[in-house]
Amino acid sequence: MTDDLRSLYQEIIVDHNRRPRNCREIPDADRTAVGDNPLCGDRLTVYVKVREGVIRDIGFVGSGCAISTASASLMTEALLGKTEREAAALFGRFHDLVAGPGREKRASLGKLEALAGVREFPARVKCATLAWHTVRTALNAPGETASTE
Amino acid sequence: MIRSSALPAETAAPGVPDLLRARDDFPILGRRIRGKPLAYLDNAATTQKPRAVLAAVRRYYCTSNANVHRGVHALSDRATQAYEEARGRVARFLNAREDREIVFVRGATEAINLVAQSYGSIHLQEGDEVLLTGMEHHANIVPWQMACDRAGARLKVAPILASGELDLAAYGRMFSPRTRLTAVTHVSNALGTVNPVREMVGMAHARGVPVLVDGAQAAPHIPLDVQALGCDFYVFSGHKLYGPTGIGVLYGKADHLEAMPPYQGGGDMILRVTFEKTTWNAVPWKFEAGTPNIAGAVGLRAAIDYLDAIGLAAVSAHEGELLAYATEEVRRIPGVRVVGTAREKAGILSFVVEGVHPHDIGTILDHEGVAIRAGHHCAMPLMDLLGLPATARASFGLYNTQAEVDLLVAGIRKAGEIFR
Repeated sequence: MTDDLRSLYQEIIVDHNRRPRNCREIPDADRTAVGDNPLCGDRLTVYVKVREGVIRDIGFVGSGCAISTASASLMTEALLGKTEREAAALFGRFHDLVAGPGREKRASLGKLEALAGVREFPARVKCATLAWHTVRTALNAPGETASTE
Repeated sequence: MIRSSALPAETAAPGVPDLLRARDDFPILGRRIRGKPLAYLDNAATTQKPRAVLAAVRRYYCTSNANVHRGVHALSDRATQAYEEARGRVARFLNAREDREIVFVRGATEAINLVAQSYGSIHLQEGDEVLLTGMEHHANIVPWQMACDRAGARLKVAPILASGELDLAAYGRMFSPRTRLTAVTHVSNALGTVNPVREMVGMAHARGVPVLVDGAQAAPHIPLDVQALGCDFYVFSGHKLYGPTGIGVLYGKADHLEAMPPYQGGGDMILRVTFEKTTWNAVPWKFEAGTPNIAGAVGLRAAIDYLDAIGLAAVSAHEGELLAYATEEVRRIPGVRVVGTAREKAGILSFVVEGVHPHDIGTILDHEGVAIRAGHHCAMPLMDLLGLPATARASFGLYNTQAEVDLLVAGIRKAGEIFR
């Protein structure tokens, strides 16, 4: 396998695709939004429970490619326990990670770094960012639909 | 079938000399993708262009470019001649009765929009019906939806079987006294199914219903004869036939075209204009408002000449062998399911791999230099019917080789290994 392909489909991506974490509805969620990339066929719903400005629970259901599913799974882990403000900041940093201008020096994003390989696949950036745009919509404009196409 | 490697220099083998040399006629096929030789298996989306087409377009611009049908100068004459000769060439390609039955448009999509709007405006009324099949491309759904909405008419959709074949008996039962037109694809772009259009035309005509055939996927693969088919309209795109983008063809029986109102207004489609009244030009120019895609028509003519020199029957046989080989090989891969198993198929292999999303297959294959399509193939209603969000689709053209199929198969196996 070529290096950038290996870096795109790292073990952690494959694992989170096969066994997505927090892949469940949250019936008493106070914020939800749908993310829909109709051209791709990637579609998911994100559920968030916020208490006193802190994300106390987060989950998603849907269907999509390995990149969008693994990204959604990793995102739920990264956002759990974060404040809304921290979540917004992390959205920006994640976006830079997968689609930012260069390989500027920046602090590590932990497990989310597994998605850095997407940078080499411009056509797949929309897959990696769908869940993040959806959670941002859930937090800022709940009930609306997000898309990265 | 071409049995040697994907590299042009190694494709020589006895048997079908024209086809075997053909690969060298396509400059783009010599390039490498991510360090690997390109295996272009996305021909149902668009085909690559042979030198003959590129040269014809260049020659036109270098030696004949001017506007058509209006100049008094020599170049305008030459451009007009080149454009009208292209029309005659298309008429012969389709075996149309008359050149004026050929209208140049941007592509199959525009051709269908033209018929839906123009023919629809005089024939569709409230309560009328347009009959489609469940395997239509969006281009043969949405224009009819728009025309029906305007008229208060409705769409009826004939079901397809699990194999991806049309349920012909059900199709026959769906005609009603209100059916004003039936629009059907000749070959399904998502599944490769070849529809029995001749039989379908017979069924429709027995009930006095005219037929539009969407030939976008058929024209590059199947020798055509619109008089033998008997259809009222036939449409196809130049770019899927090794020609340029932005040029396509509407064939319409002369009496239909004569009776239909113009589609767009402008220059070239009129005989005389006053602010009170305008007299339309004759068919087909009535439907060609504004300066047409002259270079595109010239390029399309070159593409048809090229394809005819090789012979569509030979192309069709070659692609059929590739499809049979690819189907057999892909089926051996654990977890792979071929989507669309019609008895008659043309050059298209749609499949899904258990546990691997088609987009991931597409990315992994791209890394091997293998270009395929992943997605809903602009046939969302069909995908809903099949219960699939997407499929991966390899589609073959005259220049593809067995070696490229082997690369495809190896790539799918690799995808399976990554996600195992």
